[in-house]
Amino acid sequence: MALLDVRNLSVDYLTDDGTPLRAVEDVSFSLKQGRSLGLVGESGCGKTTAMLGVLRLLPAEGRIVSGEVRYRGVDLLRLSEQEMRKHRWNKIAIVFQGAMNALNPVRTIGDQIAEPIMLHGAATDKKAASERVGELLEMVGITPEMARQYPHQYSGGMRQRAMTAMALACSPDILIADEPTTALDVMIQAQILDLFQHLQKQLGLSIILVTHDLGVVAEICDDVLVMYGGRTAEYASVDTIYNEPLHPYTQRLMQAFPDIDGPALKTSLASIPGYPPPLDALPPGCRFEPRCHRKSDVCAVESPPLVAVKPGHYVACHFAEG
Amino acid sequence: MEQFREIWRTFRRRPIGIVGALTLLSVVFVAIFAPWLAPYDPDEKIDVEPGDLLAPPDAGHLLGRDDAGKDVLSQLIYGARVSLTVGFVASFMSMFIGTTVGLVAGYFGGRIGNALMRVVDFLMVIPDLPLMLVIISLWGRGLWKIILVIGLLGWTYTARLVRSQVLSIKERQFILRARAIGAGSLRIIARHVFPQVLPLILAEAVLDISGAIIAESSLSFLGLGDPTLVSWGMMLNFAFERAISRMAWWFLLPPGFAIIWVSLGLVLMGSTLEEIVNPRLKSHHLFDPRRMVALVAGESASQRISE
Repeated sequence: MALLDVRNLSVDYLTDDGTPLRAVEDVSFSLKQGRSLGLVGESGCGKTTAMLGVLRLLPAEGRIVSGEVRYRGVDLLRLSEQEMRKHRWNKIAIVFQGAMNALNPVRTIGDQIAEPIMLHGAATDKKAASERVGELLEMVGITPEMARQYPHQYSGGMRQRAMTAMALACSPDILIADEPTTALDVMIQAQILDLFQHLQKQLGLSIILVTHDLGVVAEICDDVLVMYGGRTAEYASVDTIYNEPLHPYTQRLMQAFPDIDGPALKTSLASIPGYPPPLDALPPGCRFEPRCHRKSDVCAVESPPLVAVKPGHYVACHFAEG
Repeated sequence: MEQFREIWRTFRRRPIGIVGALTLLSVVFVAIFAPWLAPYDPDEKIDVEPGDLLAPPDAGHLLGRDDAGKDVLSQLIYGARVSLTVGFVASFMSMFIGTTVGLVAGYFGGRIGNALMRVVDFLMVIPDLPLMLVIISLWGRGLWKIILVIGLLGWTYTARLVRSQVLSIKERQFILRARAIGAGSLRIIARHVFPQVLPLILAEAVLDISGAIIAESSLSFLGLGDPTLVSWGMMLNFAFERAISRMAWWFLLPPGFAIIWVSLGLVLMGSTLEEIVNPRLKSHHLFDPRRMVALVAGESASQRISE
């Protein structure tokens, strides 16, 4: 049985006058113990919204319209807020985009890491909690004495590692990492990714990695879910996605990613012309149709269903058979 | 314990804060030890001769005498008790109400928030002083009534201030993270929102204490003070009515200066307090000696050049 099973999740955002805008539509995926899933797509494709939906942390305007989020068979969307709070961090932890903003600037790092520990009763007293904090910091390569410092006294990479330490505080089963390496330089990125892989092996953690960096996905993930305009474009194992991408969007994404080992860059780096569709002007047919290089008449009127072209390889394209 | 040492260290580094604290503490000291410090008991029955009325300062009466022949210095010393009590108690009350209302209205918003803010608007459009005058003249005069009136009417500005700050703080990402941790609203308010608005509240409280002292002085000055107690405002009232025409500056100026003295001490202390509760004003990670590798290297380089 999958650890986390998301079925047909749809999320709306309500505008000021109450019109719902579909930000995530019919997204399904499953995550097994110790595996990692990459969630890729351009900015504004609904990646973060889908993850906030899983944790029921959507902003006030957000509504989960339909779907199921089954964690070990329990539908998280049906739990009371009280029960949901017990699952957050304890079972599913999240590292937000931009660690600098996710830390409270007026409280020490140690104090903030201790908060979920105390909250979920992982330590009974302050002394045990602070020992655990030291342990966690050490795990991510920060000396325990630095727990007494404030976020502004940490560098960007240290803050990111501190956030990771905090995410591991209650030994969760699942770690959602929302663009954990954006805004960090390449060296620090590599360190953080190494850390993730190391922790995954050591703790048997399942990771959902939200990113638009395909290199990172190739390095860490087992499966990849490509999102476009709030929908699933393609969902398959990482090898399939890299070697035989079927959705035109995935193909274009791959071309837009420089290959260092391949032949020298004779041609300029490919980019996908245009932008992802705004939520209030979604194309009537396939979401990718306006930017697609393979489109035909049917694409503009009919939205392609997500079909399994092979076991474990799902594509939403009228021409997916390849 | 560590925190107290930290506060003490910050204070020691800021001479202005020490000056402010000493200024305020001197008044607190005077207020506490008034019976021992005052040369005369203001309630004491005294025999006065016509020459004693509004007598200018001399060796026996350092600040002269008032229109009833009583020692001005003693009144000033006893007046500190009334003014400080009103200032601290009333402003604590209004800070407490204002902060609670601001936190609730800002964090929860919606109908509760709107309802609370309409109450604030309603209280805000009514000018404070006339309203206090009306309430006190209907309710009767008395120290605790004055404190209650000042405290219960003075929280609106704080509520607005706190609310607007909370509105911005609650959208910050560490609040979302706190929710992701599994924290409930009360915990988030207490541990993440409140510490952020605390510097603001302290800075506001400092102004509010002097505001309350001045409000009490105004009420007393207008003749609505507690008739059984001498406050600085009461002294100003008497001096203004009876002494100013006789050029008795020794009766008029001391209570005025006393009010300024307390306000000044509070403001000077306020800036240092703000620094203590706001760690961002303290230091940057690059100034941490444990991380100053680059700087140390630079220093040795410059030393080499000079050698």
